[in-house]
Amino acid sequence: MIKVTIDGVEIEVEPGTTILNAARKAGGAIVPPAMCYYSKLKGSGGKCRTCLVKVTAGSEKDPRPMPKLVASCSTGVQDGMVVQNITSPEVVEARKGVVEFLLLNHPLDCPICDQAGECHLQDLAFEHGAAKTRYEEERRKFDKIDIGDKIQLHMTRCILCYRCVYTADQITNERVHGVLKRGDASEISTYIENVIENDFSGNVIDVCPVGALTDKTFRFKSRVWFVKPMNAHRDCSKCCGKTAVWLHGEEIYRVTGRKDQYGEVEEFICNECRFDKKSKSDWVIEGPREVERWSVIRQNKYEIGTQVQAPKNIGYGNITV
Amino acid sequence: MGRKLLLEHANVPEIHTYQVYRAKGGYSAVEKALKMTPDEVMEEVKKSGLRGRGGAGFPTGMKWSFLDRKSEKPRYLVCNADESEPGTFKDRYVMEKIPHLLIEGLICSSFALGSNTTFIYIRGEYKWIVGILEKAIAEAKNAGFLGKNILGSGFNLEIYVNNGAGAYICGEETALLESLEGKRGNPRMKPPFPAISGLYGSPTVVNNVETLAAVVPILNLGGDEYAKIGIGKSTGTKLISACGNIKKPGVYEIDLGLPVYEFLNSDEYCGGIRDGHRLKAVIPGGSSVPILPADLFYKNIKGEERNMSYESLSDGGFVSGSMLGSGGFIAMDETVCIVRNTWTFARFYHHESCGQCSPCREGTGWMEKVLHRLEFGHGHMHDIDLLVDVAKKIEGNTICPLGDAAAWPVAAAIRHFREEFEYHVTHADKVKNSRLAHLDDYKKELVLL
Ligand SMILES: Cc1cc2nc3c(=O)[nH]c(=O)nc-3n(C[C@H](O)[C@H](O)[C@H](O)COP(=O)(O)O)c2cc1C
Ligand code: SF4
Ligand code: SF4
Ligand code: SF4
Ligand code: FES
Repeated sequence: MIKVTIDGVEIEVEPGTTILNAARKAGGAIVPPAMCYYSKLKGSGGKCRTCLVKVTAGSEKDPRPMPKLVASCSTGVQDGMVVQNITSPEVVEARKGVVEFLLLNHPLDCPICDQAGECHLQDLAFEHGAAKTRYEEERRKFDKIDIGDKIQLHMTRCILCYRCVYTADQITNERVHGVLKRGDASEISTYIENVIENDFSGNVIDVCPVGALTDKTFRFKSRVWFVKPMNAHRDCSKCCGKTAVWLHGEEIYRVTGRKDQYGEVEEFICNECRFDKKSKSDWVIEGPREVERWSVIRQNKYEIGTQVQAPKNIGYGNITV
Repeated sequence: MGRKLLLEHANVPEIHTYQVYRAKGGYSAVEKALKMTPDEVMEEVKKSGLRGRGGAGFPTGMKWSFLDRKSEKPRYLVCNADESEPGTFKDRYVMEKIPHLLIEGLICSSFALGSNTTFIYIRGEYKWIVGILEKAIAEAKNAGFLGKNILGSGFNLEIYVNNGAGAYICGEETALLESLEGKRGNPRMKPPFPAISGLYGSPTVVNNVETLAAVVPILNLGGDEYAKIGIGKSTGTKLISACGNIKKPGVYEIDLGLPVYEFLNSDEYCGGIRDGHRLKAVIPGGSSVPILPADLFYKNIKGEERNMSYESLSDGGFVSGSMLGSGGFIAMDETVCIVRNTWTFARFYHHESCGQCSPCREGTGWMEKVLHRLEFGHGHMHDIDLLVDVAKKIEGNTICPLGDAAAWPVAAAIRHFREEFEYHVTHADKVKNSRLAHLDDYKKELVLL
């Protein structure tokens, strides 16, 4: 085991662990936000730059600081490494810049976006962004595309995290889903608007941190905070069958993978579980899922009047729900 | 006359053919190298002090020594002939004029590195050069300098030429490797560096055309002799592609350490600024390096004369210095509008960003749009500081140096020519009506040399 210090917190991890995963091991405010890294997807990370941190000492042996900020999701820890996340004004400033870049061409149509309430970009902007944009020009727009009859791609909202690309790459060896063009004209696309013919293609919806890939069977049915997430399972011949079903009264409005606090699913689920099993009798319902205390999804639930600690460092103090 | 190591025979008729090249002493470096051990060849390159001519100036011998020799996998040498940096056209000159020099350098270098398959990755727009190189490769093979058991040494080598499809980013070494593997040209995350895991996951060295060509004179002269040319850690000769408002644009071979004044003004090189005009600014190393106003180009901030070397041109860091870069030398006289020039470069980087990481993908487009506003007289005063801030937020925060390359020229132009940007705001009507004429009444305030 080797030792790394992040924002003053000492953590022991296996050699080869990244700074981000070391921080996640300790949890709390020292964890950098990550919009593109996804631990279940090989090769992911390094792109969004929201997880940038400052390494003030490289290691015990070579305590020199690293010259630039580094992406914590793709930088391995060394024994005796000292890292600053939110305790470094330089990191806070750079991150504010990254958030501004991510929002630069973003439509911010949250009021009509299915992802609102469980959107990582909303969380990120709320916690690390500035209240106003300095961008005066027209934002980039794309047409919506259907990827088969169950998935819709709303490219205008995409932050090009490449998670869906890695997912598509890793569930099938027939590459049909990738990135076309380059720079800010890049777009996620399938090969001539092909369907991804795969039982696990629906997982691209779960990995998408924003509302760019959405479930057409759930589209516009309800805001996520009006549905209650429950853990459920069924015997499935294709996948683990362990899912989260989202209830509206007695009706199942949608089925997703079970996401952890970093928005990562525990296990990928198959399209049959996701799209076809929408009756309560299909499932053994285990009970309500834990929802982050400050999540908007909690709004329509539960314990009215409790003091909820707002997310780290935003200076809004406590919010009463 | 300056010494010519690379271009000595460049103007000999038919030098692109094997017969003439050989008659002029060509391929003697290969004969010499194959009698040495690979380590001895590498040692000569180390002793020569040669530094990468592709832009970053990293010591070539050191780069070669990082190559993982313990790996079971094949080792590769890849020649970077993507040359897409605006203002840089020296590799083209070598490949077009004396293709065998590059092939000879590649054979010696491949031998030193233990690469039996070597690739030349050439930019899409240099399509006609592919034919020139392939012909040279075929001739060399015919003469026994390529193929199996070269000159009876037991060393095998094949060289393949690969044509890119017109992306500047594929000059970045890891994007180049992705592209060579047939994938989208996105730069890779580093580490691992190519020396450990490069082409197809194998240990790989990527070097610029000029770097590899320079191995030929290094072996012919010996590393120590080569190192005597130049100044300090800038050894040997360097090709400079000179363009802009000079009398004699072209590709020149200079001894590193040549005074910048001489390079720009002597008849042997640029021949001075065109008649009736005066020097306003210089971009000494390709579009990615900071622009220098005439006074800071000739002398550093301490008042010492600058010379053409890695150290001297970067003296003063980014506050008052620039970089030798790839040797793309752009001189501008007082008719050049710095705002327009900066906008043009910003447009280039915006167009060429691969789009993988958010600061570069979004920031380059943003800078271009703000510069467009300023250039066409629709800008505000606060746009100037906005540009500085956006450039700062891109710089250092991206996956590959294209982000920096996009940010530096903008930051430097505003640092040295802020009044000109302000003029575009205060004299918006004038700027709107004519793009260049406004310089007439503005130039009085400039330091012109
Ligand atoms: C955006 C970008 C474009 C580049 N283009 C080229 C190029 O066209 N030719 C080149 O030799 N090096 C280019 N480089 C530098 C290469 O990444 C690499 O450093 C170089 O090929 C190494 O060769 P050297 O050590 O011989 O200079 C580029 C780098 C970046 C970041
Ligand atoms: S993706 Fe997120 S930030 Fe964007 S519109 Fe949808 S909810 Fe809002
Ligand atoms: S569609 Fe979603 S998952 Fe895919 S790259 Fe865009 S934001 Fe990422
Ligand atoms: S800096 Fe620009 S070109 Fe380089 S990887 Fe990032 S987006 Fe691509
Ligand atoms: S999470 Fe590290 S760069 Fe995106």
